[in-house]
Amino acid sequence: MQTIAVVDYGMGNLRSVVNALQVVADDRDQVILTSDPAQVLEADRIVFPGQGAAGDCMRAIDEYGLRESITVAAQQRPFLGICMGLQVLIEHSEENQGTACLGIFKGQVKYFGDGHKDQSGVKLKVPHMGWNRVTQIQSHPLWHSIADGSRFYFVHSYYLEVEAPDLVAGITDYGFSFSSAIARDNLFALQCHPEKSADAGLQLLRNFVNWDGRP
Amino acid sequence: MSLAKRIIPCLDVDNGRVVKGVKFVEIRDAGDPVENARRYNLEGADELTFLDITASSDDRDTMVHVVEDVAREVFIPLTVGGGIRELADIRRMLNAGADKVSINTAAVFNPEFVAAAADKFGSQCIVVAVDAKRVSTQDEPGRWEIFTHGGRKPTGIDTLEWVQKMDAYGAGEILLTSMDRDGTKIGFDNELTRQVSEVVRVPVIASGGAGNLQHLADGILQGKADAVLAASIFHFGEYRISEAKAFMRARGIEVRDD
Repeated sequence: MQTIAVVDYGMGNLRSVVNALQVVADDRDQVILTSDPAQVLEADRIVFPGQGAAGDCMRAIDEYGLRESITVAAQQRPFLGICMGLQVLIEHSEENQGTACLGIFKGQVKYFGDGHKDQSGVKLKVPHMGWNRVTQIQSHPLWHSIADGSRFYFVHSYYLEVEAPDLVAGITDYGFSFSSAIARDNLFALQCHPEKSADAGLQLLRNFVNWDGRP
Repeated sequence: MSLAKRIIPCLDVDNGRVVKGVKFVEIRDAGDPVENARRYNLEGADELTFLDITASSDDRDTMVHVVEDVAREVFIPLTVGGGIRELADIRRMLNAGADKVSINTAAVFNPEFVAAAADKFGSQCIVVAVDAKRVSTQDEPGRWEIFTHGGRKPTGIDTLEWVQKMDAYGAGEILLTSMDRDGTKIGFDNELTRQVSEVVRVPVIASGGAGNLQHLADGILQGKADAVLAASIFHFGEYRISEAKAFMRARGIEVRDD
């Protein structure tokens, strides 16, 4: 019996995240959708999703008074960031003429660019939308039973550039290679959407609900 | 490249029942949206699109329940189209578990609606559906006009201008249907698709006219589409999604098959 808190700060559809966690969690586990900082701090594990623009996300985090509890939880409890829930962990995003983010990790979130192309000069669409491969570049309990290079569902126009190379747990190629998963201690965060990534995604969420929070 | 081209089956739903659905032998009730969705998911569909063709707006709630039921057990992206006219319609569908909504007529009558929707919910969930019909003659360079009401009403709007406008207004994706080809099974209008795909930044889904697997591959290779949507060729068990993927892979198209 454990409580899994999905942080709801009004950014995007969280129904699928909750649905997917309910499918993989034990029947006795409680999956709660919450905006309450105290509930976030009390939960056994935290899922931090998010969609939309970085500026809106940061504003919403502060409006709900969640900044401190997210920062604390991200350092203490098994913590899973998804999509914007990954990007806002970094210092700064280029989105919305520059947005200061939570700054838990050093790095930048950058725009793919309107003239984005692959190595052979073929135009690449932005947003990067659809199923792409995630190459696992460090072994991690959250990759358990997921084949290296499995495809996950992505939808984003900004990507992560972290300073510490040892933070990167997975990379994906879209014109160039970017960090699609990061991991440190009790925290794991993904650019893609495990809740929309069929079997591989459900396996990752299953790994998360059973994770002891150690790398 | 490592981003896969997507295959998206489209299911027409009338008052909560799939009316143009699959005829899988394993399915007990061919009209059940959840059974159809589950089956397509098992076969490797990359996304699912549900088109609500319910005539009466009083029955829209039924679609909300369909989305809720499907989203509880099928974990791939779900798009819902049909009758999306207000921000409240979008919110309801997203809350029910849809990942994207497709806006068609409402965008034509009020382009600002697309901007407002993208601003409110994010471009990632706003698909603009475009019904285009060729208005140029055989000898002229291609020109396509936007039509509404199932291809019956011309709007005078040029398709290439329109899709760029929708891109600028915040559409996250364009669902492009050729009204000349829709239902014909003679293949997508690849010239139209290619021109649209070249002028927008966002992904383009080709729709209207797919009658066999070669058509799907052509939509990607000639039409430069990022995804192909098909209804009838997957219905009645004519082709399986898995066959379509194997066919496309054999032609050098990257697909999700793992």
